[in-house]
Amino acid sequence: MDVIDRPLYELARLLESGEVSAEELAVEFLSRIDKVDGIVGAFVTVDREGTLSGARMADKARRAGEAPSHLAGIPIAVKDNMCTRGIETTCSSKMLRGFVPPYDAHVVERVKAAGMLVIGKTNLDEFAMGSSTENSALRVTRNPWNLQRVPGGSSGGSAAAVAASEAPAALGSDTGGSVRVPASYCGIVGMKPTYGLVSRYGVVAYASSLDQVGPLAANVRDCAIMLRVIAGHDPRDSMSIDAEIPDYEAQLGRDIAGKVIGLPKEYFAEGIEPGVRDAVLEAAKQLSKLGVEVEEVSLPTVEYALAAYYIIASSEASSNLARFDGVRYGHRAEGAVDSVSMFMKTRAEGFGPEVKRRIMMGTYSLSAGYYDAYYKKASQVRSTLKSDFDRVFERCDALLTPTAPTTAFPIGERIDDPMSMYMSDVCTVTANLAGIPGISLPCGWQDGLPIGMQLLGKRFSEATLLQLAYAYEQAAGYPSRKAPVTKDRGCCSCH
Amino acid sequence: MPLTDYEIVIGLEVHAELKTESKAFCGCSTKFGGRPNSHVCPVCLGLPGVLPVLNRKALEYAILAGLALNCRIAERSRFDRKQYFYPDLPKAYQISQLDFPICSNGSIDIPADEELGGGTRRVGITRVHLEEEAGKLVHSGSGILDSEYSLADYNRGGIPLIEIVSEPDIRSPLEARRYLEQLKLLLQYTGVSDCKMEEGSLRCDANISLRRKGESKLGVRCEIKNMNSFKAVEAALQQEAERQAELLDSGEPVISQTRAWDEATGTTVFMRTKETSSDYRYFPDPDLAPIVVTADMVEEIRRRLPEMPDEKRRRYVNEFQIPEYDASLICGSKPLADYFDSVVAVYEGSPKTVANWVMGELLRLVNQEKIEVESVRITPRQFAALLRLVDEGVISGSIAKTVFEEMFATGEDPDKIVARKGLKQISDAGELASIIDRVLAANSQAVESIKSGNQKAVGFLVGQVMKETHGKANPQIVNKLLKERLGL
Repeated sequence: MDVIDRPLYELARLLESGEVSAEELAVEFLSRIDKVDGIVGAFVTVDREGTLSGARMADKARRAGEAPSHLAGIPIAVKDNMCTRGIETTCSSKMLRGFVPPYDAHVVERVKAAGMLVIGKTNLDEFAMGSSTENSALRVTRNPWNLQRVPGGSSGGSAAAVAASEAPAALGSDTGGSVRVPASYCGIVGMKPTYGLVSRYGVVAYASSLDQVGPLAANVRDCAIMLRVIAGHDPRDSMSIDAEIPDYEAQLGRDIAGKVIGLPKEYFAEGIEPGVRDAVLEAAKQLSKLGVEVEEVSLPTVEYALAAYYIIASSEASSNLARFDGVRYGHRAEGAVDSVSMFMKTRAEGFGPEVKRRIMMGTYSLSAGYYDAYYKKASQVRSTLKSDFDRVFERCDALLTPTAPTTAFPIGERIDDPMSMYMSDVCTVTANLAGIPGISLPCGWQDGLPIGMQLLGKRFSEATLLQLAYAYEQAAGYPSRKAPVTKDRGCCSCH
Repeated sequence: MPLTDYEIVIGLEVHAELKTESKAFCGCSTKFGGRPNSHVCPVCLGLPGVLPVLNRKALEYAILAGLALNCRIAERSRFDRKQYFYPDLPKAYQISQLDFPICSNGSIDIPADEELGGGTRRVGITRVHLEEEAGKLVHSGSGILDSEYSLADYNRGGIPLIEIVSEPDIRSPLEARRYLEQLKLLLQYTGVSDCKMEEGSLRCDANISLRRKGESKLGVRCEIKNMNSFKAVEAALQQEAERQAELLDSGEPVISQTRAWDEATGTTVFMRTKETSSDYRYFPDPDLAPIVVTADMVEEIRRRLPEMPDEKRRRYVNEFQIPEYDASLICGSKPLADYFDSVVAVYEGSPKTVANWVMGELLRLVNQEKIEVESVRITPRQFAALLRLVDEGVISGSIAKTVFEEMFATGEDPDKIVARKGLKQISDAGELASIIDRVLAANSQAVESIKSGNQKAVGFLVGQVMKETHGKANPQIVNKLLKERLGL
């Protein structure tokens, strides 16, 4: 097996034992990127020099017995909405072309503190708004399992990079499913942590009350390792929670017998592809074979969650993206005659259509006379939804649902139909609204495309979710499958 | 119909900058001045991805101000975003408070307008809330409209502010001024704000409407902006009241609008109607958790409230036997009261003596030189040392005034001035005897007059001795010696 196809936890072992050097690893991954990223399109920036010099430093430190952690020298990919000091951070938007932050996001600091290397910045839907990565102003990202298909979004670049072995793991951000949906479409593991577990500092805000950074990895163990790297209190994020971070990896493999998993019927209703539904129900059977009690539950408010999500997320986005006015950084339109025309021209030129759509929806929802009917009503739905979850988590340790209603869809299929695009998030937005953690992992294949299942848990139940996911993954034996990344698998595979 | 047939109804909105060391939501310095954009960081510049963290001191200061204004402190309050585009506003929203302000339901007592019957007017404080300052634009021309370009300086951006909104309880322009003076005094006493209107650390917008006397329904109000001093507030409100009265007299309606005070012409000018004002699309700031203030925290902050002007005045009158008028005057200025207190603290003699000197010599020179009390060069210790020199008879009271002037100008120690200039009082009988001899010889006429029973001429002779000694002779001893010599 090529070194690039090995799990991250094994790379750490190889580095520690000296069987592989960080420099060799960096060279391997950089050449993999050279080889396939022209087709996959996962990255918008590759930091070749920084990765190689960082790798040499990691090797030196390890030889001196001074490696900052056992992960030192492992390269990872970072979604391009997380600030990286000295490296352009674009959010895949014209608006931020050329913006080089003078600071690292908290998660990037944490990755660097562990000695890991940011190999590059990955493509996303502009400002993380989208479910397919097609809204990127910079490039198209293709699904490594089928290059005619989308990788999901908005962390499509991060998911595709891991699926195509261009990086052993990646960071994504999840506001309504943006880590879990692409993980599902690309056949990898992706987790959205509890709101407040990971600092948002330096992550370009889309919807502040929903945004969380999460890991994308080839398997559950790698996901657990990466979560521990990025989780923890940061005083610069007022919503960051000061809690002890467990050793998630060490807790994997615990017996899950006796755990109770709920199947919320609202997530298996109309709109879920039969193949997806069957695969998730099959996974439930597999889990019950492992001693888990599976029972049907109901979360009646879920029906209104998608609408509430798009109102709240758009409202916050309309405010968060108002700072991109051309005054201090980023794009500034030429030919403005006064400050108002500068704002208008800059924003008209800098933002793509989906971003504009959400800014308009959000501005509308917050306007005098509409606030009560939209933003306030959506906030009420949100708190009712939270109570729904609280209630089921009194009985259940976790909930099992599909991650997305379908497998990866063809590029271009939904781009002109926002409603069908928004439907991709119907199973994932609930976790963001309720602030609870969720993990997506593969549970089957349909026509050569991965199917993802989602486990949801109560706040700070990441360790439990990872244990359940790990037990399932071991039983199902899925992480050995690798995406083919070849052009010859065209549209024929979708009948 | 004269203006006196109308009742004037005024409410004021005051913004005061809080005197914290660092900004409201980041660690940058709040120092006034400084090179443009030298007190900035990614947070107060609104760079992508950065987040605000509330400065605890700013919250405490807001609570302290609320307590000084007799407000109720909210157990739970919240930050909201007030959204509008302007180049001096880096995030395109201001972090402010809308529905749940930190303080509410307070009041300030002021002397009511004598022309309206006098007495005390209690002005309700609707709310005090915490928010952040915007930056500053420097225009290449005279204003934003006729400038080729504008430069943005974000040093001020993010400095904490409190907005204090009064009830429409003020009944005349004079009362508006008194309200502002009292508000400034209370805020200065708590130490939360400098309240310098000239430096922009205190700003005031006024709402004013008229209604016929006896009417209970409020009239249509106008908002006045752009007033740069308390005097301007009073003048602008007077002018606006007259404008509205004229409209009402002629049967025309007052149209709700925002007007700007024009200092040069002494009039208010139309800015915009209320209908075209912006929709700020306020919503709860998702980056900041609700503020929870426990009863313990409020009590802890209440204990930090210093002695307030009323308490202080009562103490001066009761404990120091200082006349009511003097006590009010000293307490009416925080720096003056502080100065007085620090002299009293190091002086063993009577506080009343200190008060006499502060009210007399100190204020005379401060007013004459047009300086602030804070920049007086005489330290409280030097002040006390001078009074001691008088008490001990080292210098006379009149010489002390000369020494005081010198100290005021140079900041030199009083004993050094006395020594250098040889101002020590002459109390030595031998030294004075020879001077008296000379004076008696030169004023034989006065001596004759005394001998024939005119006792008053003794005073004239004492004066002559004082003149001879340039005021240094001890007048009591001179008097005694003269009487002995003249056999009285």
